[in-house]
Amino acid sequence: MSLLQVEGLSIHFGGVKAVDDISFSVEPGEVFTIVGPNGAGKSTIFNLISRLYEPTAGRIVFDGRDITRLPAHDIAGIGIARTFQNIELFDHSSVLQNLLIGRHSRRRTRWYEDMLFLPKVRRAEREDRRIVEEVIDFLELAAYRDKLIAGLPYGVRKLVEIARALSSEPKLILLDEPASGLSVEETIDMAWWIEDMQKDLGLTVLMVEHDMSLVSRVSTRVLAVAEGKALALGTSAQVQADPRVIEAYLGKQENHE
Amino acid sequence: MRVIFKNSYDNDINLFEDRVHLLKYAVLLLTALVMPWVISAYYVGELTSVLIWSLAGLGLMLIAGHTGQVSLGHAAFMAIGAFSHLALMLRGWPFVPALIASGVITGLAGALIARPLGRMSGIYLAIATLALSIIIEDVAIVATPITGGIAGLFAPPIEFFGLMIDRNATPRAFYYLCLTVLIIVTLGYANLLRSPTGRSFLAVRDSEVSARALGVNVPRAKTVSFALSCAITGLAGALYAHQAQAVNYESFLVLISITLLLQVVVGGLGSMHGAFFGAFVVVLLPQIISMARSFINTNTPFNLGAYPGMDTAVFALIILLMIIYEPRGIYGIWIRLRTWLELFPLYRKGMFRRTRTYLKTERMR
Repeated sequence: MSLLQVEGLSIHFGGVKAVDDISFSVEPGEVFTIVGPNGAGKSTIFNLISRLYEPTAGRIVFDGRDITRLPAHDIAGIGIARTFQNIELFDHSSVLQNLLIGRHSRRRTRWYEDMLFLPKVRRAEREDRRIVEEVIDFLELAAYRDKLIAGLPYGVRKLVEIARALSSEPKLILLDEPASGLSVEETIDMAWWIEDMQKDLGLTVLMVEHDMSLVSRVSTRVLAVAEGKALALGTSAQVQADPRVIEAYLGKQENHE
Repeated sequence: MRVIFKNSYDNDINLFEDRVHLLKYAVLLLTALVMPWVISAYYVGELTSVLIWSLAGLGLMLIAGHTGQVSLGHAAFMAIGAFSHLALMLRGWPFVPALIASGVITGLAGALIARPLGRMSGIYLAIATLALSIIIEDVAIVATPITGGIAGLFAPPIEFFGLMIDRNATPRAFYYLCLTVLIIVTLGYANLLRSPTGRSFLAVRDSEVSARALGVNVPRAKTVSFALSCAITGLAGALYAHQAQAVNYESFLVLISITLLLQVVVGGLGSMHGAFFGAFVVVLLPQIISMARSFINTNTPFNLGAYPGMDTAVFALIILLMIIYEPRGIYGIWIRLRTWLELFPLYRKGMFRRTRTYLKTERMR
């Protein structure tokens, strides 16, 4: 059974059909990538899946459960974590603090218990810290553990955001342009991290990415979208060879130049 | 420089990271305990004011500094705390239950108001809370059975297990009472900040979108934060009523709200220390200015006594310079001073140059 099923998903902003009747399904353990020119609606699909946007039509089913009407703050709890295209970290907190906030969907204590700092709060804190430390180990962030986000280089911030998503122990991770703004070397590192997440952690990855070298290296399947519509689905090579994709994707680029 | 070797997660979980850290606060507590026996009764009263304003400042710090929601209406919650506390005491409630009840009542009032306020942000929230501050003046007059109308209420003396506590008769006892309340609230606050609840507040402050994506129920977090903030401020209001000995509709004007906001900004937004530092500034700076003026009047040929409003102007000027040159407040200065001492010969000038932070838009709304 597919881990994530998207059926006929649409969202219209006034007359603009940002996402128009898109269907796809993500199988457990695969790296599924959505590609497309700017403004194709890739990030909008992400925002629909993480329930930040209300779909006009369609259905989202995760792990056999219809999540189309689930509130956004319950999405992390059922096992979907995400990163943002423009890093959305908590700038005035340390890396460790950020990752601990990533554990929020797994919290077991209430505010008055926290205020009294009951023994169960301490136990929960230790447990959260243990899992966060595993993530820090996994992504080799130990050197930055106590550093403030505001002082970190861009590449590290990208990684911290992924670490924060992993801290919630997700089944599916949504990566919104993980390589944007990264150097060539950092992009190669990112490919390693994604492969590690897939193979070592057994995670399913849904990714939006422009960098085709990264896409063809890590993706199991690729979905090409343009102007809110699905164009082609297949392996990276198949999609890149599809004439409609070439027309939409590369044709657009020629117009710009 | 001291290096702490951490060998357990508890090093990061505990309130005090090691013995030296604990010792520092023990010395601070001891100083606070000894203080009333060293200084005159008048200054004990002033120091009590500092404690009460610290408490009120902590309340505002929770919502403004740690959850990122500006409130220009916290005087209203001081008023609710003060009036409910006195109303209960005048109906025969003992001090402690009345104090706790006033905190609970103010917290509930805050929670009630937080729902609609939580939908607003920035300047709109500031205006809405400002309106609250103005409304409370009229409510205080209209709700005569509770607030005593225009005449207001007089604070009855506090009886505490056979001990009479009064601001004038036993200033030290009242000081210790305020200190106790402040310490309990401070510990609760510190506990919040090191646990998931406090982290969810910080998440809401720094990025609502990712807070939501990480599972924080943003409206709920704002409501809890606002309610707790109001409860703390309400406690401060109740103590303030005993300190002022009488409260009426004029006791909690908009100016008090603004002074409170100024206190947390000057003290250092986003740090608990800031509330305390700010309280010292708000209570003691006018005193220092007036002392400086009389010193100049008697010891130099200048006579500054003739210019009315001068004290306020100097106060405003100091605050203004503070905000322009040290936006992180006194807490920022304190951190630099501490680092300078710790690193003594190695401190570099640019160590605390502010790193660029990117302005977050509210693009998900």
